[in-house]
Amino acid sequence: MTDTALTTENLAVTYTGNREVEALKGVSLEFPANQLTAIIGPSGCGKSTLLKSLNRLHEIQPNVEITGDVLLRDRSVYNTDEPVPELRKRIGYVPQKPTPLPLSIYENVAYGLKIHGRCDSKDELDERVETYLRKVNLWDEVKDRLDAPGAELSTGQIQRLCLARSLAVEPEVLLCDEVTSALDPISAETVEETLADLKEEYTIIMVTHSMDQAKRLADEVVFLYLGDLIETNDTRSFFENPQHERTQQFVTGHTAVEYTESSEESGADSETVPAER
Amino acid sequence: MEGSTDTAASEGRSRLGRRLLTERLSSYWLQGAGYFAIALFAFIVLALLYQSLPLLSEYSLVQVLASSNWNPAENEFGFLPAIVGTIYVTALTMVMGTPIAILAAIYIAEYAEGRTKTLVSSFIDVLAAIPSVIFGLVALIVVVPFVGDYLAPALGSGATGTGIFTVSLVMAIVVTPFMISLAVESLEALPDELRESSLGVGATKWETIRIVLLRAAGPGIFSAVLLGFGRVFGATIVPAMLIGGQTQLPSSPFSTGQTLPTLIVNDFGELMSIPLTQSALIFVGLMLVVIVWLFNFSAMLLRRWLQQRWQY
Repeated sequence: MTDTALTTENLAVTYTGNREVEALKGVSLEFPANQLTAIIGPSGCGKSTLLKSLNRLHEIQPNVEITGDVLLRDRSVYNTDEPVPELRKRIGYVPQKPTPLPLSIYENVAYGLKIHGRCDSKDELDERVETYLRKVNLWDEVKDRLDAPGAELSTGQIQRLCLARSLAVEPEVLLCDEVTSALDPISAETVEETLADLKEEYTIIMVTHSMDQAKRLADEVVFLYLGDLIETNDTRSFFENPQHERTQQFVTGHTAVEYTESSEESGADSETVPAER
Repeated sequence: MEGSTDTAASEGRSRLGRRLLTERLSSYWLQGAGYFAIALFAFIVLALLYQSLPLLSEYSLVQVLASSNWNPAENEFGFLPAIVGTIYVTALTMVMGTPIAILAAIYIAEYAEGRTKTLVSSFIDVLAAIPSVIFGLVALIVVVPFVGDYLAPALGSGATGTGIFTVSLVMAIVVTPFMISLAVESLEALPDELRESSLGVGATKWETIRIVLLRAAGPGIFSAVLLGFGRVFGATIVPAMLIGGQTQLPSSPFSTGQTLPTLIVNDFGELMSIPLTQSALIFVGLMLVVIVWLFNFSAMLLRRWLQQRWQY
């Protein structure tokens, strides 16, 4: 295979709230560089937990315990002196719900650039903002109203704006949490096309509940079930020749897995609590 | 067989008729309740206005607002000292209270965790629920001697302890918990995605709070501050207990004075026999109502503008 951008070593996450929940039970994985890896599995299987623990974003919640490690290019993400914001700059994150910051379209993209002091002049900043808006195919739609609030765009445009905002700080890895699930089919298609373009340049790790989407977009597929890693393979082998019995059931849509998947589509998202079965 | 379906159908129709009647009546009833609130406000304003007319027919508006002589026995009705006193108290209170309220709200909503959070926020709720007369009492025992014996002399003033500064300090203590609760609510109502989006591009927690969360919660925090402002502006009992009640223009923040509400409570009983005094005091009430209303109205416009600018 190609070189590895991100590795998890026996990564386990436990939520220690009122009820102790092992959301991730020791997962060891390799995410290849400059490819798109899709994480699939039924609702509550730990997909979002895995994604957020890759750049320590789950730490903003109280009562989370983590063991194991994540390596970004052979450097530990957890046992390091590197400040967390610096790490999150290298591993960006786009949430499921299209979320504009309460700023103008321009300032949304410039946000990270300004924080990290990436641009010396206004011209340079303008140029970068344009570059990234073009990269997500949004420039032509917004170039005349860059000062309008980001929230005035349609949800599909907002999601592309969020991608541009994340890309602007030039992350090595981009984490996408079901970025098309809140969108109408046409907007979802546009965002998918954007992701397909981006995977040439970036390592993208995407959680999705849609197997069709995984088939269309992903190079690699990771299948999680109740916090365990069941199977990972290149997309073609994964769907055509699943090795594990659970994978076969999930891919063919037999068993109760189908039911939880559709409940996830209706917006019920309870990644922290594994579905009882 | 056919007959019975007919009866069933007609029963069904009359039942539907009854339901629709209830529907209409309930909407009238609710509409009436809503209009009643408007009518009440209009009635209060009109009653105050009508009772103020005797004063306004004797003196011009400019005369009463710009004159600093308040001496009903001599037929002198100058509201300027009370107006200046009210502005002093409100401004000082907000300057002292607002920054603390916003910082405390940020701490509780974004930094405090677990038991500490529960403890701190429950104490703040308790503080917000204490009747303000209690604050007035405690202030008489503690704050008045402190200001009179230490703070005022240290700042080169010969004040006795009661006065505008003392009132402002105590009012800040009264309204700050109230503003904190409301500001915490608006911060906690923000979706986690906002925090994740900002942190996800490598922003620090403080940058996230300053640039993203304070804007997104801005309209709510703004409302909290305004409600606090309204409470200070119309506060009666604490100023009445602590302001000292002199009728000259206040010379410094430590001097005694009057606010518009204390003017009413101090003079209403004893000076009513003097002609025009009742009218003058009712005019003060009218000013309070109109200013608070104007303020709330412009605040609503500003909030709407903020919401549009800082939507998320």
